[in-house]
Amino acid sequence: MPTAESGFFEWVFFLLKKFGPLLLRGAGVTLLISLTGTIAGFVIGLAVGYVRAKPLQKENGAGGYWARKIVRGVLGAYIEIFRSTPMIVQAMVIFYGISAVFHVTLPYLLAGFVIVSINTGAYLAEIVRGGIQSVDPGQQEAALAIGMTYGQSMLHVVLPQAIRNILPALGNEFVVNIKDTSVLNVISVTELFFVSKSAAGTYFKYFEVFFITSIIYFVMTFTVTRILRWIEKKMDGPENYVMHGSQTVPDVELVTKGGE
Amino acid sequence: MRETIIEVRHLSKFFGDHEVLRDVDFSVAKGEVVSIIGSSGSGKSTLLRCINLLEKPTGGEILYHGKSIREPGFNLQMYRAHVGMVFQQFNLFANMTALENCVVGQMKVLKRSRAEAEKVAMEYLRKVGMDVYVKAKPRQLSGGQKQRVAIARALSMNPDVLLFDEPTSALDPEMVGEVLAVMKDLAKSGLTMLVVTHEMGFARDVCDKVVFMDGGVIVESDVPEAIFTQPKQPRTREFLARILQTEE
Repeated sequence: MPTAESGFFEWVFFLLKKFGPLLLRGAGVTLLISLTGTIAGFVIGLAVGYVRAKPLQKENGAGGYWARKIVRGVLGAYIEIFRSTPMIVQAMVIFYGISAVFHVTLPYLLAGFVIVSINTGAYLAEIVRGGIQSVDPGQQEAALAIGMTYGQSMLHVVLPQAIRNILPALGNEFVVNIKDTSVLNVISVTELFFVSKSAAGTYFKYFEVFFITSIIYFVMTFTVTRILRWIEKKMDGPENYVMHGSQTVPDVELVTKGGE
Repeated sequence: MRETIIEVRHLSKFFGDHEVLRDVDFSVAKGEVVSIIGSSGSGKSTLLRCINLLEKPTGGEILYHGKSIREPGFNLQMYRAHVGMVFQQFNLFANMTALENCVVGQMKVLKRSRAEAEKVAMEYLRKVGMDVYVKAKPRQLSGGQKQRVAIARALSMNPDVLLFDEPTSALDPEMVGEVLAVMKDLAKSGLTMLVVTHEMGFARDVCDKVVFMDGGVIVESDVPEAIFTQPKQPRTREFLARILQTEE
């Protein structure tokens, strides 16, 4: 064990050896919660954004019209409330609220997952709505004009384009979540920040431990960012297309500049 | 007498307080090629969009094979599948290749198998001369090429009648010809077509009937020779004089 006179890196290596597995497990929990939370949040965002992007028409019965208006009001309130309060406060209210009302203590992992999902869903709902509305209305008209239902036109034509457009925002949300799950330490979720704090407390080596912690956070977010860029490129398909050639000429790659 | 496919009766359309169509009556018979001409804002595109209910008519009736398309219980999806539409802005599905553009409607609406849908799609893509570009995405095609794929997409649904909404208006001048050539071919093959256009040559040489619209009403409707050589209405004369002058 290093002494009080030992250098910074000596301590870092010592702490790394001693707490490495613990920190990695914490990083695993962080990744798990932020990944599942972002995915679940995206599903929530898709559903809420879809409903809010749908034009509200009075024609299909007045009862349905009012029901949908109320649903929209509720969804709007959800978005406003969760975007206007810090996640750290939401974590406290949800976790202790559930325990006070239902007299159950949520498992920490589940609690973290629920909080991140609901919070992310509120942000992504608006991003999805914007994404849907950014797709040229002509795309949907063409889909309707060949006989697709509204749902089919959304599923096959509008949403794929909307999702492609919001992918950078979605990736951003994931990266934010990797970092922001650290606030879940207030409800004792054993994510990276929480385990770092306990590790640091053992020897009172806060700088050294959190130096390691920051590197782990950086590696996680940096890797995720690269992976998302790759997925975006993949979704765009090849820059060039292959001419569907005759039998005599093999398929030739035709280089085009893209764009109009 | 040929079978009437689409009959429009007393059709009216308001956008808010603005009357866009007033008491429009006309019909399209099987195999007929009808063009609608008139200046911008005369209501011709709105009329076309009312026919496949992309716009909801305010009043009047549209009959498809004698049945009102606004009856409750009318199968709007199947109707639209049989009444194809070609748009001014092409509106090819940007997330799909040329082939997929022609396949998706057949599979999702007509419930054809992928193999059958691709066979049909290839047949029509070949017909419009776009079969070598099946793997291209819309952003990789020129305007004329996009419009030809859009025509193939509409044809792949085996429509009863095809509506064209100013199909060449968004094209560079040198690409207008290739699209018009495809349309002339289709007209010759006996396809029923309703074409909103500014191409007077097409209206005069290819169509069976020309409808002239102005201010939301049909001013005059007759065979092309009558409209172009002896228009009865002064408004028709004025319009033709203006547009034929600028064409020269």
